[in-house]
Amino acid sequence: MTPVLPRGVRLHHDRVRDRWVLLAPERVIDLDPIGHAILSEIDGASAVGEITDRLAVKYDAPVEQIGGDVREYLAGLADRRFLDMVP
Amino acid sequence: MTVQHKPQAARAVQVPAPMAMLAELTHRCPLSCPYCSNPVELTRKEAELPTEAWLDAFRQAADLGVLQVHLSGGEPAARRDLTELIAGARDAGLYVNLITSAIGVTRKRLEAFDAAGLDHIQLSLQGTNPEMADMIGGYRGGYERKMQAAAWIKELGIPLTLNTVLHRKNLHQLPRAIDMAVEMGARRIEVAIVQFHGWALRSRAALMPTLEQAEEASRVVAEARKRLKGVLVLDYVPADYHTATPKRCMGGWGMTGLNIAPDGQVLPCHAAQTIPHLTFDRITERPLRDIWYDGAAFNAYRGDDWMQEPCRSCDLKTKDFGGCRCQAMALAGDAAATDPTCAKSPLNAAVRAQAAEDQQGDGALVYRAFEDATKVPFGTG
Ligand code: SF4
Ligand code: SF4
Repeated sequence: MTPVLPRGVRLHHDRVRDRWVLLAPERVIDLDPIGHAILSEIDGASAVGEITDRLAVKYDAPVEQIGGDVREYLAGLADRRFLDMVP
Repeated sequence: MTVQHKPQAARAVQVPAPMAMLAELTHRCPLSCPYCSNPVELTRKEAELPTEAWLDAFRQAADLGVLQVHLSGGEPAARRDLTELIAGARDAGLYVNLITSAIGVTRKRLEAFDAAGLDHIQLSLQGTNPEMADMIGGYRGGYERKMQAAAWIKELGIPLTLNTVLHRKNLHQLPRAIDMAVEMGARRIEVAIVQFHGWALRSRAALMPTLEQAEEASRVVAEARKRLKGVLVLDYVPADYHTATPKRCMGGWGMTGLNIAPDGQVLPCHAAQTIPHLTFDRITERPLRDIWYDGAAFNAYRGDDWMQEPCRSCDLKTKDFGGCRCQAMALAGDAAATDPTCAKSPLNAAVRAQAAEDQQGDGALVYRAFEDATKVPFGTG
């Protein structure tokens, strides 16, 4: 599965509040550093597994642990239609 | 005008920066929905802000902390400079949402909006067939033109939310509206039961949903949320006349967003002009930052200093902020009163009795119109 940010959903730096947010229809989703790290890896081409691998290296953490977190985070966004999962 | 200037530190309420701005570009509209949220006194074209003033307002809003702008009306497409305004709002760094009936919008214009960076469209739906939609909108042929525009939006891939306002005459169409949203490729639908202030008050006896309808709507929404998880998000504003708790006023008055009216008056809420004692600053006369933090209308109902009993000693006051100020104005004659749709309001019994009476009634629809215009249903706008 490849996560893709659909049109109408944008990663945005909120300069006034100095934080990262996801802008979506009628919604502003405040991103914590983990959420921002995951979303920054989404490039429309990388599959969930590749994203997990990259984050595991970057944060020096076990792939199994990161994989679960990433999957759960992305599923939550997909349920709310902020993210498409492309097979 | 003189406004008391309180430095931020001395204020009882910490006022956060606004997140959203509703830009009411014009009051002109081909439709004349009886529940229109525009004020009863509509602003004419001659008094509308020019392009440059709007572009400046977008920049000021973004500097202040606004992240999303909703371009609305009336019908925003009635502004010939709409493409330029979309581009300007995007340039300012804003997420740009267009709230439109899409009637009379050509494919070519939609392409231009798209190229200018439009993020999202909210398309209003008055009914799920021509008979209903054209009767409510007061515009024959409107439904067909809207469906054509919806098809173009889908072809162009512009993200879409379908906006429905439901009332006694069309509540039975809710299941079909939800299906239509999926067919149109919308990712979201807003299901709002009609709110009664401004124009809608005049048609209350025609629009008031029955208790059964209100309950059925909640059931339909709950079922659709389950069935369409991951396909369609449903945002729901239930009927407050039929529940014991009032509708929550945004994140609190003057706490999350602001509105700019077509003539540049800056309002804390789209219906704020129904509160006669409030005065509003103009974007052309005072910096937006000062208006937001120090404007008299914005400070009028911030925090809870203004609250009366029973709200004052109620635990829920930090949740619902005492309900809707505009509804309190309309029903209690006092904008600082407890929203009379709250069971704790001394007026609640009377409000419920009135609602019960209204839902039996078969009053006529009163269409919105400019004051000296004689608007007949099924006119051509
Ligand atoms: S009394 Fe006021 S604060 Fe309490 S529930 Fe009613 S409206 Fe809300
Ligand atoms: S005062 Fe009423 S209409 Fe205005 S924002 Fe609050 S709830 Fe909405």
